[in-house]
Amino acid sequence: MQKLVIIGAGMASGRALEYLLEADPAAYKITLFNAEPRGNYNRIMLSPVLSGEKSYEEIVTHDADWYAARGVDCRFGEPVVRIDRTNKVVYSTSGGVPYDKLLLATGSAPFIIPVSGKDLPGVCTYRDLDDTEKMIAAAKPGAKAVVIGGGLLGLEAAAGMQLRGMHVTVIHLMGHLMDRQLDPAASYLLQKALEARGIKVHCKGATKAILGTDKVEAVALEDGTIYGADLVCMAVGIRPEVRLANDAHLDVGRGITVSDQMVTSDPDILAVGECVEHNKQLFGLVAPLYDQAKIVAATLLAKPAAFRPVQTATKLKVTGCDLFSAGDFADGPGREDIVFRNPGRGIYKRLVIEGDHLIGAVLYGDTADGAWFFGLIKDATNITEMRDTLIFGPSFQGGASVDPMAAVAALPPSAEICGCNGVCKGKIVDAVLAGANSLDLVRGQTKASSSCGTCTGLVEQVMALTLGGSFVVNTNPPMCKCTDHTHEDVRLLIKTMVLKSIPAVMQELGWKTVGGCASCRPALNYYLISDWPLEYQDDRQSRFVNERNHANIQKDGTYSVVPRMWGGVTTPTELRAIADAADKYNVPMVKVTGGQRIDLLGVKKQDLPAMWADLNAAGMVSGHAYSKGLRTVKTCVGTEFCRFGTQDSTGLGIRLEKLLWGSWSPAKVKLGVSGCPRNCAEATCKDVGVVCVDSGYEISVAGAAGMDVRETEFLCKVATEAEVMEVIAAFIQSYRENARYLHRIYKWVAKVGLDWCKAQVVDDLANRRALYDRFMVSQSIYQVDPWAELARPDQRGQWQPMADLSLEAAE
Amino acid sequence: MTAFTPPVAMIDIGALTDIAPQGARVVKTAFGCVAVFRTATDEVFAIDDLCPHRGGPLSEGIVHGARVTCPLHSWVFDLATGMAQGADVGQVATYAVRVEAGRILLDTLSLARKSAA
Repeated sequence: MQKLVIIGAGMASGRALEYLLEADPAAYKITLFNAEPRGNYNRIMLSPVLSGEKSYEEIVTHDADWYAARGVDCRFGEPVVRIDRTNKVVYSTSGGVPYDKLLLATGSAPFIIPVSGKDLPGVCTYRDLDDTEKMIAAAKPGAKAVVIGGGLLGLEAAAGMQLRGMHVTVIHLMGHLMDRQLDPAASYLLQKALEARGIKVHCKGATKAILGTDKVEAVALEDGTIYGADLVCMAVGIRPEVRLANDAHLDVGRGITVSDQMVTSDPDILAVGECVEHNKQLFGLVAPLYDQAKIVAATLLAKPAAFRPVQTATKLKVTGCDLFSAGDFADGPGREDIVFRNPGRGIYKRLVIEGDHLIGAVLYGDTADGAWFFGLIKDATNITEMRDTLIFGPSFQGGASVDPMAAVAALPPSAEICGCNGVCKGKIVDAVLAGANSLDLVRGQTKASSSCGTCTGLVEQVMALTLGGSFVVNTNPPMCKCTDHTHEDVRLLIKTMVLKSIPAVMQELGWKTVGGCASCRPALNYYLISDWPLEYQDDRQSRFVNERNHANIQKDGTYSVVPRMWGGVTTPTELRAIADAADKYNVPMVKVTGGQRIDLLGVKKQDLPAMWADLNAAGMVSGHAYSKGLRTVKTCVGTEFCRFGTQDSTGLGIRLEKLLWGSWSPAKVKLGVSGCPRNCAEATCKDVGVVCVDSGYEISVAGAAGMDVRETEFLCKVATEAEVMEVIAAFIQSYRENARYLHRIYKWVAKVGLDWCKAQVVDDLANRRALYDRFMVSQSIYQVDPWAELARPDQRGQWQPMADLSLEAAE
Repeated sequence: MTAFTPPVAMIDIGALTDIAPQGARVVKTAFGCVAVFRTATDEVFAIDDLCPHRGGPLSEGIVHGARVTCPLHSWVFDLATGMAQGADVGQVATYAVRVEAGRILLDTLSLARKSAA
């Protein structure tokens, strides 16, 4: 009888043993080594063990009797130290065992982040039963656990410890949880569900050090955050365990290289499981490992077989979080998305279609159709016929309905249309038949589409079906083609539904596209900055180039640089620094702007940070000449020099600019302050203008001198500079909070009416004060010089080309 | 007989993490700049950094899905095919690029063909 030695008693080798013994129980005399002092158990069920939903005994797949009954010589808790390929002997800590065939199933080892404190007691990984028991032992109710890694394993560990009463924080390096399996939208729903059960999630968190003297006490992040911890679990990934194979001089890439037959570079040595590399690919999920096990058994019995990796599907084993992902759902050549969102019920479904085939699926909240979609992906089924209704799942298929109205028509009266208010189709039909012939009437009588409004389109379709041709749908244009909501609806819903991220808005308001478009993304980014200044983090990638690069792009791709000149006042030192910068960076044109400052035109992108640093060194900051925000405060010289001046208009302009600079707004904001009614600063065609008179200050708003030319309208007159500052900051805050993106102040005032503005900031002093306070809260975050931040040495690399191949030979 | 496979010469131009998700970076070549994009789902594409309309730097556009909107006049291009979307007619050259072990590899032979074209 031939001798087979197996190193590693994990799930892959366990399954290979089953296949082998089933096909031919007498083919080999088998010796099974395992470093862990136990046999094969279902490793993917460790999470229910950790959470207390299952016991270890329940997840054992092969107990001692199983091995004994099959004559397998088990060497558990006996690590293999060396393979002698020449004499075909495997050496463990207690001696040698000869083999004819050897199967390596050494699995993988958890990756340990090389930070200080990684060896402290209380730091563990999440890989085997010992790790799990360590976590269970530490899991005293009220104790603090930090999980590093927001992937599948990390989240299961977090949920398990949380169920055992611990306070759990998950730190994830990337921008969203499970970034390899989920897109940002599904990830948002997952994070919301985890947070709802009390798990804190910190994305974009890079671990700097693990702190503690005798045992772990805290985890420190690069961004300065510190989380107290009684236990730290690292779940940041695994790497194939290849040490034995390396020492035996087998071919090893990232894993042990195997052929389609699972044979290594030595024809008598096979490998299976997480330790192998097949066609440059590694394997971590269980399905392909079981396929490999089948091939291993066949090869050992000299039967032809070849391993072909198939698509895999992922499910998170966290009770209450239903998510499923399968196939390939990255953006790619010629791919199309079908997206379905039901905000009321927290459902997100996304299908990725290439040509006539479904190639990927991400489901959250309702994963019932996951297996069906997975089948379509695996079998490469042609889905042309059911494309339009594919997302509704198998129960919808059969009738070839291409008209979306037909799908609505086919819905039974009990079908839910409005998830927020639980309104079914029959109720809407009844209301329409009883006389409700407008959307408002239906909303009033049934509440359908009166909450988040996402189902408005569906409600209108039901109305159209019931009323026939006489019903005309709402003509108010939506924000962009990604949504049915208007800008106004979106602003409102961001506030009332407390939406604090772009994925949150897109999910809860039922965005029809995956990542929005160049029109809605900057708008959403602004709305979130404006409404949640302390919580929301500006998304640079959702900004138009000028705001992303803090300079104005020109027609040839160069930029213009405008340093701030407070109130249009400068000094010889500043002028020298500007001249020096113009010389140093070969600026082709230096021009005086209409906003009383100096524009350096034609600067190359890669020179921007160095030029900013030079200007910063001379005390100048960004003039925000590129922003939807405060641009300039134009002034005249006022009482300081002018024989007609009534007040210090220059000083007031400078003080206003120092109050307002750095704030973002729906569109650009320009101010003017004139020292007397001769109005040399042209204040009465600005967004906000101040004209000084002997008895005080006249504030007027909503002027324009662009495509439209308008004179400002009188807002109020005040007696002191302090009042000027408060009224103007409050007015601009009201504009920031209410206007739609890209609407200048004059357009916004035309919509809401000047009387409404007066009521907000002139008549109601408490409201004015509250607006002013909210403006200052926002300024505490946003009044920073972006040039200084982006000119820092660690930031400069991103302004250069990532590579220069211009010197490489063409061939 | 195996089908003819065109030769490729992949060159390492940097790490995936050198590009922000939904962002782009430029690679200088002897034949002009190539814009290398990273999508929200970590797909990578390489196209000419030059809009056929008025020469805008596409690397500075807003990336949404697998598309980019030119920063100068808002033409939209499919990153995979280089085709202009919607009513606009035009196309930019695309280059073979892939990610391996976190590194971005660009096909220099497809660049060389650009010079020949």
